[in-house]
Amino acid sequence: MKEPILKVKNLNVKLDSEEIIKGLSFEVKEGDVLTILGPNGAGKTVLLKTLVGIFPYKGKIEWRKDVRIGYVPQRVPFIKDIPINVEEFFLLKTTSEEAREILESVGFEESILKKRLGDLSSGQFQRILVAWALVKNPNVLLFDEPMAGIDISGKETIYNLLFKLKKERNLTILLVTHDLSVVFKFSNFVVCLNKCPICQGVPKKVLTPQILHKLYKEEVKFYTHCH
Amino acid sequence: MNQFILSLITGILIGAVSGYLGTLMLSKRMTLVAGPLGHLTLPGIALALIYGFDVSLGAFPFVILGIVLIWIFEIWTKLPMEALTAIVFSLGVAIAFLFLPIEQAKTALIGDITKVGVYETITTVTLCSLIFFVIKKIYAKMILINISEDLAKTSEIDIKKYNILYLLAIAIIVALGVKMVGGLLTAALVAIPASASRNLSKNLFQYTSLATFFGAISSFLGILIFKFTALPAGPSIIIISSLIFLVSIIFKR
Repeated sequence: MKEPILKVKNLNVKLDSEEIIKGLSFEVKEGDVLTILGPNGAGKTVLLKTLVGIFPYKGKIEWRKDVRIGYVPQRVPFIKDIPINVEEFFLLKTTSEEAREILESVGFEESILKKRLGDLSSGQFQRILVAWALVKNPNVLLFDEPMAGIDISGKETIYNLLFKLKKERNLTILLVTHDLSVVFKFSNFVVCLNKCPICQGVPKKVLTPQILHKLYKEEVKFYTHCH
Repeated sequence: MNQFILSLITGILIGAVSGYLGTLMLSKRMTLVAGPLGHLTLPGIALALIYGFDVSLGAFPFVILGIVLIWIFEIWTKLPMEALTAIVFSLGVAIAFLFLPIEQAKTALIGDITKVGVYETITTVTLCSLIFFVIKKIYAKMILINISEDLAKTSEIDIKKYNILYLLAIAIIVALGVKMVGGLLTAALVAIPASASRNLSKNLFQYTSLATFFGAISSFLGILIFKFTALPAGPSIIIISSLIFLVSIIFKR
C-alpha cells in the first residue's frame, strides 16, 4: 500500500493565546475525499489553513513528498476593491493558455475571461476560485465551504464539479463543510471537530445520532480537556 | 536647459509613477499613509531649504525614520497603526516649525517644482525609472497579496519581501512628491489618480494605465497653469487631478 498523502499527529493550534485545535491526529490516503465537519467556530477553517501553512502549529503535519496542493479559501475579502478581470486574475499565477484550458474544464465559456471578478455571482466566483486552485495541476485540493452567499443549486453544482474533477484528475480532496448531506454524498472519511477531536472514520459508521448530538448540541468549550 | 522643460520632465515623471504606485496603495487601502509620511518629512525639507540642497534628499531620511518609528512603536505598544501615525507625523510637523524660516514655509508646505535644476532632474528621472520597474516587477504578486494573503501564502509568495520593496517605493515616491506638492499634499498624488482610474476601469490594465496617465497629465497641466498664470504649481496639479476625479464620477461604470 502507498504511503498516506497526509499524516497529522497530535496537532495543536493556538492563535492569539486561544487554543483553537487540540490534540488532533488523522491520516489521509490517496484518492480520499475527507470532510472536516463541525459547528461554527469549531476550528475547521483554521485546520485547513494550518494544513496549507498559513498558521503556526505544534505537533506534526507531514505531506507526502510528491504532493502539490491547490487551496480554495472560504472568503476573498477585498476582491471587489480591485478592478481585475478573470484572465488577469489567472495571469497572476499562470499563462493565458493554461487559464483557458482550466476554465473550460470547469465549464466556463471563453467570454468569462473578460468579466470583472467583482461582477461575478457568488456561485461563479466560487467556481473561478476552484479553477484557480487547479493551476499547476495539484494532486490535493483543499476546499473551504463559504458560510453563506451560495444558494442550494450553486452548492449542488460546486460539489458535483469537485467530484467530477476528482475523477478526472485523480485528486485527493479535503473539504470543510457544516452540511451533513455533503458528507454522506461525497466523502469516504470524516473528521469531526469541535476544538477537540470528536470522531473520525467512515461517515455512515461514525456519524451516529449520539456523536452528532455531541458535535452540535454541546456548546463550544474553550478550556475543557479533550476526551 | 530651459527651466520650464526641466520642471515638466520632473513633474510628469513624479506624477505618473505616483499614480501607478497609487493603484497598489488604493487596493491595499493605504493611500492616506502618504499624507502623514509627507507631513513628517517637513523637518527634512526645512533643513534642505535652509542649507540649500535637494528637498527630496532632505525628505527621504525622514520618511524612512517615520516608517521605522511607526513599525517599532507598533511592536512595542500594540497601539493601532493610525494612532501611531498621528503621533509620529505631528511630531514631524512640530519639529519643522520650530526652526523653519517663515518665508520658506510656503515652499515646504505646498512644494515648488518650478526651480528644479539639471542635477535634480537627472536624479528624479533615475529614481522614477527605478521605482517604475520595481513596481512593475512586484505588481502581480502585490495584487495577489492584496486580494488574499492566504492565496499569496499558498502560492509560496514571500509576503515580507514584497511588502518591504513596496514600502521602499512609497518612501521614495513621497520624498520625490514633496518636491512637487510639498509636505502637505503628498497623499493627493497617490490617491486621486488611482481613485479616478478605478471609477473608470474594467480591468487591471486600464486601472494602471489610466492612473499613470492621470498622474502625468495633472502634473503637465498644473505646471502649464503656473507658467501662464503664476499660480503655484503644486496646488494647481492637485486641483487638476481632483477635476479629473470629479469627471470620472460622471462616467463611473
